[in-house]
Amino acid sequence: MSQAINQIQDEIIDEFSMLDGDMEMTISYIMELGEQLPEMTEANKTEDNIVKGCQSKVWMKAGLEDGKVEFEADSNTAITKGLVSLLVRILSGKSPQEIIDADLYFIDKIGLNRFIGTQRSNGFGAMMKQMKIYGLAFSTKTQSA
Amino acid sequence: MSNTLTDHHIDVERIRKEFQVLDQEVNGKPLIYFDNAATNQKPQRVIDALVHHYQNDNANIHRGIHTLAERSTAKFEETRKAVQEFIGANEAEEIIFTKGTSESINLVASSWGRKFLNQGDEVLISAMEHHSNIVPWQMICEERGAILKVMPINEAGEIILEEVEQLLTEKAKMVAFNHASNTLGTINPVKKITKMAHAVGAKVLIDGAQSTSHLEVNVKDLNVDFFAFSAHKMYGPTGLGVLYGKRGILEKIPPYQGGGEMIKDVSFGGTTYNDIPYKFEAGTPDIANVIALKKAIEFIDELGKENISAYEEELLSYATEQLSAIEGLRIIGTAQEKVSVVSFEVEGIHHFDLGMWLDAKGIAVRTGHHCTQPLMDHYCIEGTARASFAVYNTKSEIDTFVSALKDIITKFK
Repeated sequence: MSQAINQIQDEIIDEFSMLDGDMEMTISYIMELGEQLPEMTEANKTEDNIVKGCQSKVWMKAGLEDGKVEFEADSNTAITKGLVSLLVRILSGKSPQEIIDADLYFIDKIGLNRFIGTQRSNGFGAMMKQMKIYGLAFSTKTQSA
Repeated sequence: MSNTLTDHHIDVERIRKEFQVLDQEVNGKPLIYFDNAATNQKPQRVIDALVHHYQNDNANIHRGIHTLAERSTAKFEETRKAVQEFIGANEAEEIIFTKGTSESINLVASSWGRKFLNQGDEVLISAMEHHSNIVPWQMICEERGAILKVMPINEAGEIILEEVEQLLTEKAKMVAFNHASNTLGTINPVKKITKMAHAVGAKVLIDGAQSTSHLEVNVKDLNVDFFAFSAHKMYGPTGLGVLYGKRGILEKIPPYQGGGEMIKDVSFGGTTYNDIPYKFEAGTPDIANVIALKKAIEFIDELGKENISAYEEELLSYATEQLSAIEGLRIIGTAQEKVSVVSFEVEGIHHFDLGMWLDAKGIAVRTGHHCTQPLMDHYCIEGTARASFAVYNTKSEIDTFVSALKDIITKFK
């Protein structure tokens, strides 16, 4: 049984609270998280897998294994890679329905909006939307199977 | 290090006192604002003029006979006169107020283009144009069956004049390019190209967005047909621009938009249009911003363009020297003549990451393609980080910026 979405979000909130809102420390931490993101297969870094709406390049792909959605992602910028790694950590290994229902409150709680700014948060929004779309697609597929 | 360059009569400490916005911390660090090519900060006198107008004089202009309308109208027209003098136009009627450089260019492309562009005619732009001096021409060329051609640039980011000579034939009807590039900083040889264009009977439009606060601009001396610029890049308010056009041409071209003020008489049977410049100023203009623009012009005039240019040139060469010494840093745009813009990339670090890291250190720079995507394609890059300086910036800010960059680079090793 994987950790619940909210449990992971709470863990992340705890981790970021230790950084005390310091912008430089936060960016360093986000970059570290990005470095830990499992490598995305080069073959999957295609035009089709680019998330539209991000200032920097983000690739994302998902597959369904035993009823759980597994996400793969990468970015050509270190900070965005860190940001997307947070989403992968929270939503990977969850059922399509859990992903559809997920309320990603950690963004507000860790003040990520303040850190990532409007344009960049739109990109972040695009990543979240893409993950929800995957959730929805897999859910439809599972139901019709 | 002294920040006051007495040789150039620029007392930067005194100037900075007029810009309260600079006196703040961002992410716990003193703000360093190096995004002046996007928009620069406004001196207190400009802000005061806006407040004063709304507190004391607010009224619609040109039509009212009451005192406030008279006051507002007089001040509005005073700015038109000030702009005329600022760019050396023959008469105030050649000054049209718009929303910005983009609208000024759109006005010419749409109004002049519909009247004078025909199938097979050619419009020349340069490879270093901002999207706002590309897209309006693409649109009108498509509509009129005209052809858009591009004046190429060399590796340093300078227009190749020999190639322009080849491109300029009697088919060319318009040559549109910027006075200074927002991405590269290149100052273009406006007089030379204008002369070449006029020799084949083409008109010339200059995008002066990046030049009016840095360089001496005299439209008579440059002999250009149109000159477009924005108030917000010359210490004035946002949402306001200017289009200069030679009277003879402005009188020949149709209005851009219909509405109040641009007419003489309207009946359901037809309309006769007002004289220039009102023919091109449909509807209520941005009265308060126009009035405040006069204060921005006064600010620049008080300092003196020559002093501003010399001071910024010093900042530019200092920054260029310091940045060039950083390993892995490449400056994009190394023209002989430049305004105070340094675009660069650092090997192995995405410009997006650079911009965010610099912001974390309180330093505002621009990152991305700077609305010049074809230029990015020319250099085979996605974007750059761009530091652009104004008269209130200092060498010590450049020192802080350079050491911040060095520190950021270590984080990516």
